[in-house]
Amino acid sequence: MPTDSNAPLITAEHLVKRFGDFVAVDGIDVEVPRGESFGFLGPNGAGKSSTMRMIGCVSPVTEGRLRIFGLDPATDGKQIRSRMGVVPQMDQLDEQLTVEDNMILYGRYFDIPRAECKRRAKELLEFVQLTDRAKSKIEPLSGGMKRRVTIARSLINEPELLLLDEPTTGLDPQARHVLWDRLYRLKQRGVTLVLTTHYMDEAEQLCDRLVVMDQGKIVAMGSPRELIEKHSPREVLELRYPAGTNDERASDLDGVGNRREVLPDRVLIYADDGEAALAEVHRRGSRPESALVRRSSLEDVFLRLTGRSLVD
Amino acid sequence: MGTPATVRAWESHFTLYRTIWKSNMLGAFLQPLLYLVGMGLGVGALVDRGDNAENLLDGLTYFQFLAPGLLATTAMMVCTNEAMWPVMGGFKWMRGFHAQAASPLSPGEVAGGLALWHATKGLISVTGVAAVLALFAETRSFGLLLAVPFGALTGVAFAAPLTAWSATRESDNSFPAINRFIIMPLFLFGGAFYPISQLPNWMESIAKVTPLWHGVELCRGAVHGRLGVGEALVHIAVLVSLALVGWLAARITFARKLAA
Amino acid sequence: MITLAGLPLRIVPVQVMQATRPHRMLERQWMVNRAGGWMVLLSGFFEPLFYLLSIRVGFGALVGDVEDGGRLIPYAEFVAPALMAASAMNGALYESTMNVFFRLKYDKVYDAALATPLTSGDVALGEIGYATIRGALYSSAFLVTMWALGMTSSAWAIGMLPVAILISFAFSAIGMAATTYMRSWADFEYVPSIMLPMFLFSATFYPLSSYGDWQWVVQISPLYHGVAMTRSLNLGEWSWAFGGHLVVLVAMALFGVTLTAKRIERLLLP
Ligand SMILES: Nc1ncnc2c1ncn2[C@@H]1O[C@H](COP(=O)(O)OP(=O)(O)O)[C@@H](O)[C@H]1O
Ligand SMILES: [Mg+2]
Repeated sequence: MPTDSNAPLITAEHLVKRFGDFVAVDGIDVEVPRGESFGFLGPNGAGKSSTMRMIGCVSPVTEGRLRIFGLDPATDGKQIRSRMGVVPQMDQLDEQLTVEDNMILYGRYFDIPRAECKRRAKELLEFVQLTDRAKSKIEPLSGGMKRRVTIARSLINEPELLLLDEPTTGLDPQARHVLWDRLYRLKQRGVTLVLTTHYMDEAEQLCDRLVVMDQGKIVAMGSPRELIEKHSPREVLELRYPAGTNDERASDLDGVGNRREVLPDRVLIYADDGEAALAEVHRRGSRPESALVRRSSLEDVFLRLTGRSLVD
Repeated sequence: MGTPATVRAWESHFTLYRTIWKSNMLGAFLQPLLYLVGMGLGVGALVDRGDNAENLLDGLTYFQFLAPGLLATTAMMVCTNEAMWPVMGGFKWMRGFHAQAASPLSPGEVAGGLALWHATKGLISVTGVAAVLALFAETRSFGLLLAVPFGALTGVAFAAPLTAWSATRESDNSFPAINRFIIMPLFLFGGAFYPISQLPNWMESIAKVTPLWHGVELCRGAVHGRLGVGEALVHIAVLVSLALVGWLAARITFARKLAA
Repeated sequence: MITLAGLPLRIVPVQVMQATRPHRMLERQWMVNRAGGWMVLLSGFFEPLFYLLSIRVGFGALVGDVEDGGRLIPYAEFVAPALMAASAMNGALYESTMNVFFRLKYDKVYDAALATPLTSGDVALGEIGYATIRGALYSSAFLVTMWALGMTSSAWAIGMLPVAILISFAFSAIGMAATTYMRSWADFEYVPSIMLPMFLFSATFYPLSSYGDWQWVVQISPLYHGVAMTRSLNLGEWSWAFGGHLVVLVAMALFGVTLTAKRIERLLLP
């Protein structure tokens, strides 16, 4: 049953995943239209990978309804997987093969003719800027390079939908930026991206729309901008006091800004005008060791929604 | 050997072994027992009813002939394996040797500790086989007490040179070939399962210079109390020189590898 | 009513019945070996040479002739077909245990494959197929060496090859199924404790009749059923007992493939 181009690529209704008694995904509702770049943002253990694996048809749905390309993973898993690319949380590259052979073999898994696999492998390696590593084994590659090979490999079947589970976790900032740039280009080409992350900057960079997940549940949904506007004042004032005195100092600041969060290492004050809040802090004679005004981000949204920070 | 530093290097190997000794001892005891029952008794029944067996085996039953040889073959198998993958692991995967060398141990002491460990491992497995032999009246003798160190010596004669060589390798690619082209043929043609006089002359001459044959002869002679002193000294001299040369070579190759 | 044609459908689960591209796993092995693994495979051909030579020059004279089924057979011709059966088992088990474990737990080859249209049945059949091929290669080498050393007794000896392939298949399947239950490398220390008795006590080195009242124990060993067939075929003999031997090995293969596919699904598609 081919789907019309306006129908959503992914529809999840009250999706549940249980491992024994443990509930990893607790009744989520999600809809991803074609061409969108959609994100799951949440800390470790939120249930992001469990959700992605259900969408990837490598983990049976416990409860609820899931449709991908309008098809049911329980009966049409093979067909769905053939139209999708998957970048799992851990690279699963074949250490016994070269970079190029990894890609060719993967293409063969999709029944793509060998010559065509070779052609695509060449093109994709160019796309991820690894042409000079085509004949290399996997082992000597850096983490960022391996990630790029995995992404290139996942594109070998020219998927309509690309699933990326924490595409840049563990990479250095430069490698992350290279990856973001490549993913952005894919998005421009019309590939639907679904990714998970626990980095707010990544979500802000890559996602048109995202859900914030915590303990298997969706706690908020919207575009990054919407979420920030809805759940957090425009600016944040970050104050650092000598270690161990945050609680005590914070009580001097009652009434400054709209809201206050006291973290172990700093005090955050949410305000529409950060500079004004800082002036008020100084006026009250409080002397933080450092003070910084920044725009509020998804990290702040998460803190607001769950009372916990995103990366611990 | 025997300096406290070398013993400290040995300790780390022993500590690791304590975690896997159960399954390891099971194999060390069970395998020779199975071979003895399967080959010694089973094939023995076929051999002993033949007419030419008597003089081919020097008056021994096949069981008596085969059993002591297993002391030497077991030591060879166990010690050569210890001298390949674990050595590669110590330099490349687990990097235990680098860790030892980072402490006040010198490369020579690291190599010495390993040699000492190989002797220990050989002794443990040979003792297992000897315990099995002691179960059978045909092989129960005080000569077993002598055969145990002979067996362990055979193991060390294999382990020492192989350790030196393994330390020069960059990967474990060539190890299966060692098993296939050296250990396996020795196992089959080294005089453990039938007298080497059965072999064509040229093969017999080769067999006589292999350490396994010397070890098998020592163990067999010891268990059946028919070992001449002169003969024994020759066998021991061959095995000890191999062990010494190997150990000295290992000191050099370890020093090179750990300096790099 | 169950029709005969419908029977396989009831025994073999959907995971296996729906396997459509197990050959992709073979293609993977081909690509891996193309890059140099052939040497390892080739050097495996020396093993039969060493074994058969030692039987021929060493044991042969020691034992003389063996009486089996009422006739005298030179010992070398008695043992060689049994060793060929054992080599099929060894080759298959080596590949389907240690090597499979590495791909399952470390290289994550199967996780990667299952994210594509490949299914657990494809992976199970493909990997078992490769181990079978490996066992079959070793036994072919064995047969050729046997023939070259004059240890085959009749032209029917060629029939040992399909039997060896079936042995490989049965042991690959069981071996891979067992591997899915292994937790760590330490568990493999127990494998020789199963393989060695099977190797020694499958009427490999002396006739089944030597076991007296204990023959039934030998007949439990699946390898025995392979040995019985290769030994008869080497002598150019057939018997109705082959039916029973075949059933044992085929059943073992089916059980192994089925269990493997189910276990892979359980382990990798939770
Ligand atoms: N196969 C499994 N068996 C049991 N529990 C699991 C399994 N996979 C994941 N979990 C549990 O489910 C929860 C969510 O995990 P996951 O989806 O991986 O979270 P995330 O990707 O957001 O970090 C975790 O507590 C994890 O331990
Ligand atoms: Mg995850």
